[in-house]
Amino acid sequence: MLTPASSYFRHDPFAEWGRLARGMSRAIPQAATGTRTFPAVNVWRDGDMTVLTTELPGVEPDDIEITVKDTLFTLSGERKTPQAPEGAHWHLRERSYGKFSRALQLPYPVDPDKVEARFSDGILQVALHRPEEDKPRRIEIKAA
Amino acid sequence: MSNQVTSTGNSKRDAGAERTGMTRTYRPLTDIIETEQGVSLMLEMPGASPEAIDISLERRILSIRANVPTTRHDGAELAHAEYGEGDFERAFTLSEDFDPERIEAEMRNGVLTITLPRAEETQPRKIAVKAA
Repeated sequence: MLTPASSYFRHDPFAEWGRLARGMSRAIPQAATGTRTFPAVNVWRDGDMTVLTTELPGVEPDDIEITVKDTLFTLSGERKTPQAPEGAHWHLRERSYGKFSRALQLPYPVDPDKVEARFSDGILQVALHRPEEDKPRRIEIKAA
Repeated sequence: MSNQVTSTGNSKRDAGAERTGMTRTYRPLTDIIETEQGVSLMLEMPGASPEAIDISLERRILSIRANVPTTRHDGAELAHAEYGEGDFERAFTLSEDFDPERIEAEMRNGVLTITLPRAEETQPRKIAVKAA
């Protein structure tokens, strides 16, 4: 069966991002309040590079784990409950603690050797690059 | 010990935020613990650098503000957004006096911890009554 080329080329792999991101997420109940997905992720793209940013306030960098396999990106970790001294009284408790895990399906495979992750002021930023061999190649047409 | 006096905007967990001018303002999610030594507040303010945080205590009102720059990735466009960015603002009314000189604040991994040691003067003091 032939798929019209026009529809193929017009397909935006990021258009389905939202649906994929929602479908793939699985927040562990203790880490999330209500049905909200944690952690929330913003996705930036620039050609063959994708930058994911997420807010993880109160998480130690050593407690964050990132894995990349083909098109699957996973982010997991734990936000530990702060140690309250004996006899301490909680006046307000709005923050949530515990383990979290998210998986995101990317529109193209990721070069596992070129993943750059940075954590500053509670924000994790991960840059993912498309491997050279996966990039579409322009074919030169020789004159006869 | 503390009551919220102003509820500026919503927290990041809520659907929206208050817009003031061009930037959004969020209410940081907060935990407050009290011990015999004093009170500790922990506020989630991801993206705020320590220099951008402003804390003030005036007439028992503790106000916290932070300006958060909007993320920019040169040449990149935002393809999918699940969270918003903006400033943080919140204020609390303290039920007792704290020495403003002894208040300490530390920013670590996007969480601001404010420690208010109990002022010694506020501890019960027995007043001796002199005989006339």
